[in-house]
Amino acid sequence: MLSIKNLHASIGGKEILKGINLEVKAGEVHAIMGPNGSGKSTLSAVLAGREEYEVTEGEVIFNGKNLLEMSPEDRAREGVFLAFQYPVEIPGVSNVNFLKTAINEIRAYKGLEPMEAKDFLIRLKEKQKLVELDGKLTNRSVNEGFSGGEKKRNEIFQMAILEPKLAILDETDSGLDIDALRIVANGVNKLKSKENATIVITHYQRLLDYIIPDVVHILYNGKIVKSGPKELALELEEKGYDFIKEEVGA
Amino acid sequence: METAIKTNTLKDKLLSQFESSKNSLFGNLQLRERAIESFATLGIHNRKCEEYKYVNIDLMLKGEFAFIYEKLISGKQIEHTKFLKDAINIAIVNGVFNEGLSNIKSLPKGLQIINIAEATSNETFQKHYSKYADVNSDSFIALNTTLANGGVFICIAKGSIIETPIHIINISSTKENIIINSRNLIVVEANSQVRFIESFETIDSSAKTFTNSLTEMVIEDNAVVDYYKIQDEKEVGYLVNTTQVNQAKQSVFNTNTITLSGSLVRNNLNIVLDGEHIETHLNGLYLTNGNQVVDNHTLVDHRKPNCNSNELYKGIIEDKSSATFNGKIYVRKDAQKTNAFQSNKNILLSDDGTINTKPQLEIYADDVKCSHGTSTGKLDADKIFYLRARGLSETSAKKLLMHAFASEVVDTIKIEALREYVEEKISKRFE
Repeated sequence: MLSIKNLHASIGGKEILKGINLEVKAGEVHAIMGPNGSGKSTLSAVLAGREEYEVTEGEVIFNGKNLLEMSPEDRAREGVFLAFQYPVEIPGVSNVNFLKTAINEIRAYKGLEPMEAKDFLIRLKEKQKLVELDGKLTNRSVNEGFSGGEKKRNEIFQMAILEPKLAILDETDSGLDIDALRIVANGVNKLKSKENATIVITHYQRLLDYIIPDVVHILYNGKIVKSGPKELALELEEKGYDFIKEEVGA
Repeated sequence: METAIKTNTLKDKLLSQFESSKNSLFGNLQLRERAIESFATLGIHNRKCEEYKYVNIDLMLKGEFAFIYEKLISGKQIEHTKFLKDAINIAIVNGVFNEGLSNIKSLPKGLQIINIAEATSNETFQKHYSKYADVNSDSFIALNTTLANGGVFICIAKGSIIETPIHIINISSTKENIIINSRNLIVVEANSQVRFIESFETIDSSAKTFTNSLTEMVIEDNAVVDYYKIQDEKEVGYLVNTTQVNQAKQSVFNTNTITLSGSLVRNNLNIVLDGEHIETHLNGLYLTNGNQVVDNHTLVDHRKPNCNSNELYKGIIEDKSSATFNGKIYVRKDAQKTNAFQSNKNILLSDDGTINTKPQLEIYADDVKCSHGTSTGKLDADKIFYLRARGLSETSAKKLLMHAFASEVVDTIKIEALREYVEEKISKRFE
């Protein structure tokens, strides 16, 4: 589904990603862990298409298509979803209106008619339940005045509505209390299928108790320095990131 | 029919226009003579005048102008300007009330609408006409008071609730450059309620129109007035629109000025809060593009204690257009316990656009709550990215954000059909 080869990216002339290689297949959950400044958020930003980052080398193929050549909206329309670490507040734009516009632009891209209002409402209700999001929040402006936990739940709610093929969760666990974490993780798990894949980017192992990864990668200094089964996350938690630093001889 | 005058300066032309037409104009000639004296002293405000620094009206009025242009317009031609299904429509064509195009045959009890030229013997008219807009304060007020030749007098009798909105439609339609001086007097008596919409439109025009429109509004004790302005003239339209409001105790005035097009729009909105426990809400939205110039000057004059005023003006500036917001708030010595708030926010979409914003607070009382704020910025790149990351195109992301920005003002429109009309206009504009 996703194939990243030798990806280099920089911002303001400073190289952050220094040759990432990653293969993600449909049905898989990958966790990417790493200390602060290792390039985790840069990787998600580059995959989503943030224009401030310059890709200097390498390629990203998503379902046979060159992802890096696409605009951010076309990536989303092809099925890439980024759950933001810091979702922005957009006063004046209602969640419902925003999601309806998003769904219909994605459908138009695929040559489909706009979704029937009734079907949209049904989907809205159903997914709201999934992430235990208060109905009042969906009628409010996007993220405006939401608590940290509500914002993260709203990200998963949007993901549920848009049904992406590849979801990238960028530090979705940061700032979440344990109840919110469970709700978010539960939402992600219920959306998992054989056709889609998830990349969980996190600093802490905690989230991986709830979203069980098939593979854990350790990102350090712009490269994936180690990959392994889910136990790798536990080892990392126990020993701290210093053990990686020693291991890679940095 | 036309009366074009060929003399050197515009000021001279206007002065001699008065000489030649003064005996055919309605009302008190002495009043007009006092006004023209003031106009002769003030001249046409230009960039040298601080209050008109950003609008070069003098330059725009180069060339020949007539003062009257009679044009036959059919009901069909103006049908689209009557955009509210349920309204009392008043058509004013090139500054003159046109009864045939209006529908004022069966008015609700307590509502009186009269051609201003025929209202001069009315007692209420005499009591209020030209008592609020000071001819010595502004040359366009002086000019209008000198040359006014049309418009309407509207009176809402004590205790009347007028449910149907009153829509004043100003239509300019001409094949020759014209100067229009239209004048309205609106008296809303005690304990009554009414809603007005005033729109400015251009139909079938091939020449410039300079409209100097002046409305005086008297709001008596405990009355509630909503007043919406929709300015949507074509490129040939140049508009100076003065609204002089006098509020008495416990009255409520909500106003909304939406400027969508027109080469030049200058709004002077002056509100005097002349009683206790008055409430005033002023909202404005201007969307400018091309070479458009839009200038909103507001004055909120708190004269008595315990009043609230709240002002929000927002603008989106595109291309080489320029917008000005100048908001003055006076809190006089007696006006203790005043709450007065003001905010002006702008989005600048181009490198060549200009926004001038100048909040002015003059406070002479010591127990008041007042604030003002202003901001100008671009559309937020993080918000655009967030929306695009969900599949919205860059264009629709920007559109959605501009709508959201405008909605804070548009949402204050309480007449649903009008709000929808404005929203649709805005949507078309952002396409």
